[in-house]
Amino acid sequence: MEYGFTTAAYVVASILFILSLGGLSGQESAKRAIWYGIVGMALAVLATLFGPGAGNWLVSLIMIAIGGTVGWIVAKRVQMTEMPQLVAAMHSLVGLAAVFVGFNAQIELARVMRARMDGIDQIFHGFAALLAEKTSAEIAMLKIEVFLGVFIGAVTFTGSVVAFGKLSGKVDGKPKKLPGGHMLNAGALALSVLLGILYFTGAGPAMLWLILITLLAFFIGYHLIMGIGGADMPVVVSMLNSYSGWAAAAIGFTLGNDLLIVTGALVGSSGAILSYIMCKAMNRNFVSVILGGFGGETGPAAEIEGEQVAIDADGVAAALNEADSVVIVPGYGMAVAQAQGAVSELTRKLRAAGKTVRFAIHPVAGRLPGHMNVLLAEAKVPYDIVLEMDEINDDFPSTDVVIIIGSNDIVNPAAQDDPNSPIAGMPVLEVWKAKQVFVSKRGQGTGYSGIENPLFFKENTRMFYGDAKDSINKLLPMVD
Amino acid sequence: MKVGALKETFGGEARVAVTPSSAGHLGKLGHDVYVESGAGNRAGFSDEDYRKASVTVCQTAAELIGAVDVVAKVRQPTEAEIRQMREGQTIISFFYPAQNADLLALAKEQGVTAIAMDMVPRISRAQKMDALSSMANIAGYRAVIEAANNFGRFFTGQVTAAGKVPPAKVLVVGAGVAGLAAIGTSVSLGAQVHAFDVRPEVAEQIESMGAEFVFLEFDEAAQDGAATGGYAAPSSPEFREKQLAKFRELAPQMDIVITTALIPGRDAPKLWTADMVAAMKQGSVIIDLAAEKGGNCDVTVPDERIVTENGVVVIGYTDFPSRMGAQASELYGNNIRHFMTDLTPKKDGVIDHNMEDDVIRGATVAHDHDVTWPPPPPKVAAIAAQKPKEKKKAPTPEERRAAEAAAFKAETRSQVGLLVGGGLLLLLIGLVAPASFMSHFIVFVLACFVGFRIIWNVAHSLHTPLMAITNAISSIIILGALMQIGSGSAWVVILGALAVLMASVNIFGGFLVTRRMLAMFQKS
Repeated sequence: MEYGFTTAAYVVASILFILSLGGLSGQESAKRAIWYGIVGMALAVLATLFGPGAGNWLVSLIMIAIGGTVGWIVAKRVQMTEMPQLVAAMHSLVGLAAVFVGFNAQIELARVMRARMDGIDQIFHGFAALLAEKTSAEIAMLKIEVFLGVFIGAVTFTGSVVAFGKLSGKVDGKPKKLPGGHMLNAGALALSVLLGILYFTGAGPAMLWLILITLLAFFIGYHLIMGIGGADMPVVVSMLNSYSGWAAAAIGFTLGNDLLIVTGALVGSSGAILSYIMCKAMNRNFVSVILGGFGGETGPAAEIEGEQVAIDADGVAAALNEADSVVIVPGYGMAVAQAQGAVSELTRKLRAAGKTVRFAIHPVAGRLPGHMNVLLAEAKVPYDIVLEMDEINDDFPSTDVVIIIGSNDIVNPAAQDDPNSPIAGMPVLEVWKAKQVFVSKRGQGTGYSGIENPLFFKENTRMFYGDAKDSINKLLPMVD
Repeated sequence: MKVGALKETFGGEARVAVTPSSAGHLGKLGHDVYVESGAGNRAGFSDEDYRKASVTVCQTAAELIGAVDVVAKVRQPTEAEIRQMREGQTIISFFYPAQNADLLALAKEQGVTAIAMDMVPRISRAQKMDALSSMANIAGYRAVIEAANNFGRFFTGQVTAAGKVPPAKVLVVGAGVAGLAAIGTSVSLGAQVHAFDVRPEVAEQIESMGAEFVFLEFDEAAQDGAATGGYAAPSSPEFREKQLAKFRELAPQMDIVITTALIPGRDAPKLWTADMVAAMKQGSVIIDLAAEKGGNCDVTVPDERIVTENGVVVIGYTDFPSRMGAQASELYGNNIRHFMTDLTPKKDGVIDHNMEDDVIRGATVAHDHDVTWPPPPPKVAAIAAQKPKEKKKAPTPEERRAAEAAAFKAETRSQVGLLVGGGLLLLLIGLVAPASFMSHFIVFVLACFVGFRIIWNVAHSLHTPLMAITNAISSIIILGALMQIGSGSAWVVILGALAVLMASVNIFGGFLVTRRMLAMFQKS
């Protein structure tokens, strides 16, 4: 009776989670969708707390209260530009929780097995009772699941911690590898599989093997993400998102809990699709992103003719005042300079003057999928003028002025013109087709990929050097 | 320096070379601006308007010429005006040096610098001072208005209670600046517009304005407009015959014909012959914008509106820009002001007549006791040479069908392959795995399927909230910890409690931050 009640609650929670993710298909329905998620989660937690097998619920409630408060405070305080870091940090928590739950499963399993070996007909409570009912085939399966759950969870944990460090600037964003490179990772992976087999067959101290596996997985997560550069972080973060889901699903199998399995699978596939979309947007192979760095150049890059011509705020303002249609292309530089508020103000002024202002967002702009959308939304830019690459690319030829704020590779025409370019074939925003292009940029350096951008040398391009926020603020009083 | 605008002496001329607004800009360059009394009257600017813009008003032309360093005009200067000027003074106006050799000689003799606004080279940088283009634009617009005024019907098609009105059919011959302006104006009035030009590369521009390009099947190597600075060149007799035949075919259908065909340095080509006029419907209107150069139409009489025997109105006015005096002055004034900007690069009111500059060199026809016309070819090519366009062959219906069928087959094959492979894998797992695992496995596979389906529909802009919310719900792992915390040893309780703590940070943090983000998305 009680067990049936819990399952029923899980079914409802699963449906609510599915509706919650499905609701994200539009900005308005998303506001409702979030409540589905919250209600689903509350239902699941309550059903488990009061369901069969739970105990110690005082400790549980205290922990939830502490954790909830911390989460609440963090969520209240976080700046929108810090979203990528926050997401990465949260992934690491899920990963570590999965590791702990996996350990617990092993401890309990050992206890049950010991009792069974001694022939004592002990009565177990809670989770152990569940284990005690398992046949030997089921226990073998369980060990595989524990191995997977712990391994994926551990990789997610260190990987996310490193990603957090890179995104928040606490760790250098450049790809770094220990001598040996990917051979080290492959070696660690092989060793973990070997230890996994030892663990599976029950030879030697099982707990020790599990701890060693965890340590190896920690190393793999750390080393793998250290080898990936800052601009590839959108892929990394969505990949870790996916991993945290798979870890939850693996733990779900261990515990025989369908809700964990369903939710883990939903999150896992969500992260996988996001990674796929990001890779597609960079025209790169998922494997090559994960293995880090750009591939060797296939040939000499085409020579760039012309020179970069600088312009001052007066010139940009004059062009804006004369323009009818303006497209703004934000990139990571806008987030770094915290310029979204100034950009929003500029947009408001231009729109008040009757001009068409739109934003063009490349799928990999920023350090997180959809990063720019969130920043612009924070600055109160209406979402219906923020368009995706495919929606706006055909409109550039009829655009008077394009302002590029802190983006580089995503507007690089070499991706289309120069087959030898490292980013050849990557879909890019065709800003150079507009009548005039202004690039707000700190200096003459190259972008993340380290390649020259021929756009900056084009005849209709002017470079507007300086910090993005200062530059835009300088424009504001001159635009009427 | 002092810059002044003369009152136009040519009969019927309504334009003026400096307007109060362009005077303001000239002032910013450091120039003092003068204007002859009454110069702006016909363009709608009173002397008072000028005074308000800090312009000094001179009573007579002689007084103005005596006072200023640079004389600005619209029409070409008269001999008398040049004679009044002193050495070193500059005149800036339309000049037509090819037709006015005497005037040029006079300017040389007087030591006057003459800048011909009609000689500004056609390069991107000089577009802002290209007075021919700005005047042609006005002429094109006005031509349509004139046509509408003389045409006894609507331009736009309408279905009214009293009956159906077909749209007017307009043919524009020559798609230069004037032609394109005429196309745009006619289209916006609702007419059905056809346009013709001998330069095939303008077909795209014509279509972009909303008109239909009249296509001529002809195998002559297409001439490249870039070679002639973007202007048309004379065509071969065979081509001309073909073209006239096409026009003959179109003539009876057209209600309005606007001809703008000009070839630099020549009489206008005769493109609309008398028999075409005779073939047109009664009440049709022909506007000949080339009337000044003899007209594209056989029956055009310059500066006259005539009605033919079969009731076709043929208008050969040559003063279309002047008929929109206020607008034309505004644009011409701006052209002059942009030229002055180039002449005073330091914005300090000192003119630097830099003969090395392509634009200034090209427009200067007399300077320092010398005739400097014709200018050497500009250093910058006017228009990039057209790259030969690769014609993309449209696939035939059979080819398309074959391609679709092949794609379908490939898709089926890969799907079936995946299904078979996946099925086999599942069977294999099923062979060794216990039944309880398989029941969970079904749930897992189905959940993956559902996940893939719904995530594809998530809006691109909501990817960050998606990550935050999946983050929150992946903390469902808290359930595992909750289940374990109640059983067994102290280690289990400690690890379980830690797991609960971390997961709940995530749950609260994740949902809250998602809510914060979603609340920010606002519609305009």
